[in-house]
Amino acid sequence: MKNRWLYLPLTVAFVAVVAPFAWMVLGSFKGEGEILRNPPTWWPDSASLDNYTQLFSRLQFGTYFFNSAVVAVAVTLGNLLFCSAVGYALAMLDFRGKKLLFTIVMATLMIPGVVTFVPLYVLVVNAGLANSLPALILPFLVSPFGVFLMRQFISGLPGELLDAGRVDGAGEIRIFARIILPLCGPALATLGILTFLGSWNNFLWPLVVAQQESQFTLPVALALYSTGQNSIQYGLLLAGATIVVVPVLLVFLVFQRRFIEGIATTGIK
Amino acid sequence: MTLRRRGAERAAWLLILPFCLLFAVFTAWPVVQSLFMSFTDTRNRDLRTPFAVDFVGLDNYVQAFGDPLFRTAAANTAYFVLVGVPLTLVIALTAAVVLDKGITRFRAFFRLGFYTPVITSIVAIAVVWRFLLQDEYGLINTMLGWVGVEGPNWLGDPDWAMPAMILMAAWRNFGTAMIIFLAGLQAVPQSLHEAASIDGAGAVRRFRHIALPLLRPTLLFVSVTTAIGYLQFFEEPFVMTNGGPLNSTISATMYTYKQFGFGNYGFASAMSYLIFVVIAIVTAIQFRLLRERS
Repeated sequence: MKNRWLYLPLTVAFVAVVAPFAWMVLGSFKGEGEILRNPPTWWPDSASLDNYTQLFSRLQFGTYFFNSAVVAVAVTLGNLLFCSAVGYALAMLDFRGKKLLFTIVMATLMIPGVVTFVPLYVLVVNAGLANSLPALILPFLVSPFGVFLMRQFISGLPGELLDAGRVDGAGEIRIFARIILPLCGPALATLGILTFLGSWNNFLWPLVVAQQESQFTLPVALALYSTGQNSIQYGLLLAGATIVVVPVLLVFLVFQRRFIEGIATTGIK
Repeated sequence: MTLRRRGAERAAWLLILPFCLLFAVFTAWPVVQSLFMSFTDTRNRDLRTPFAVDFVGLDNYVQAFGDPLFRTAAANTAYFVLVGVPLTLVIALTAAVVLDKGITRFRAFFRLGFYTPVITSIVAIAVVWRFLLQDEYGLINTMLGWVGVEGPNWLGDPDWAMPAMILMAAWRNFGTAMIIFLAGLQAVPQSLHEAASIDGAGAVRRFRHIALPLLRPTLLFVSVTTAIGYLQFFEEPFVMTNGGPLNSTISATMYTYKQFGFGNYGFASAMSYLIFVVIAIVTAIQFRLLRERS
């Protein structure tokens, strides 16, 4: 049943998946002439950090990186806190409106960003938040998906935990913070990584709402530079793409085991 | 006990309050207002007075269906979904089966590699693939040249731009489906495989008659989530072709974004709702099919 020859097509496929990233990273160290050379080269003739220095000096990629990071961290923390709180309430507490809340969460799991961005833009402008980081953060601080994920996980925890806490006289919020939350590690990790990646790579809303360079996130800056009117330097594009991709790649490689397990379980449930 | 319960009730409300507020303001309300706007002639000059606008009934929807460019965008989106989803799933399922049953070593290594593109920004990927797909000195055409094939001018040819984007989307996205399939395959009891083996069923028949039927709910789930993602494709044409050449890659979301940019908020809202309706229908079909099976 196990076939040795399958390693050949698998390796070819692996190279095909990884090669564009390798070409991107190697290209980011090349000079302008070499990137456009025919036939294309793999290894840079003379590697230099020129493209990167230009990104951070001539263009403001430092600012964009900072914006992307602040937004992603804030959005992730918000989701971890608020979604787990709702997940706990839905899984373990009784309160009026519980059924309605759960129905709303389930019905809105798939609301696409394209449906809300026009009125959201009107709202943000009228609230005086246009061109500010809060405009990039607030709409994503909670997600029905996060609530669903946390509810499913907390439902699987033994209910005796709750009773034990109650016997000790702890309030519900204390039970949540001291007993439930520490047990939610795996679910919080999955939600945290998914949310961080989603925010870091998010494009449509930041593109709509950030209209000054000082508020650009990395994908917005990269997309607008790559489609811009003024002369484009290809080396800068590849270096910019590398800066967008490599940090999340490193984070992913560190957490990959937990992450892939998370995808597999949330996918089926 | 009642005191206790009242305490729990108050705690529950405290816990759900931040979520409810944020969700109401930034999701629920915009969803409703988007529908409202789609029946009005709201333009960017009405930005400060979104309710002092005229009702135009279904005009925006009529305009959308009559707009040749929206029809092109809708057809392009359908093309992207109808070709892209099956292609992505076939690659994913093949990879999952090979990793599950075909090999014994380096399984985690290949799984990790195939999954990697999923976590990366589509904008960054599109920037890189624009180079790879270049006509003269692009890496892909150079490699095709080695085997004697003269590759097309991918992004410059109205017939090839969309296939190139679909290829890129499948390349980026098959990893998610593969992981979910793998988990599904590993949940198939080994005893079923062994029993079928004893009955003389080969690997292909075992896959068709044991794994595939058990995998059906997973397949359905994955095809729907992939379709919902592909229905909204936007970054790829935005970065790679600006919707061209000859509008061959403009997508429904991209055209909505463009109309928003022109200040036609009512019209843009109507088109966004049309996309929403299609997504809702696809989701409803999924729930229906899943319920029938269980």
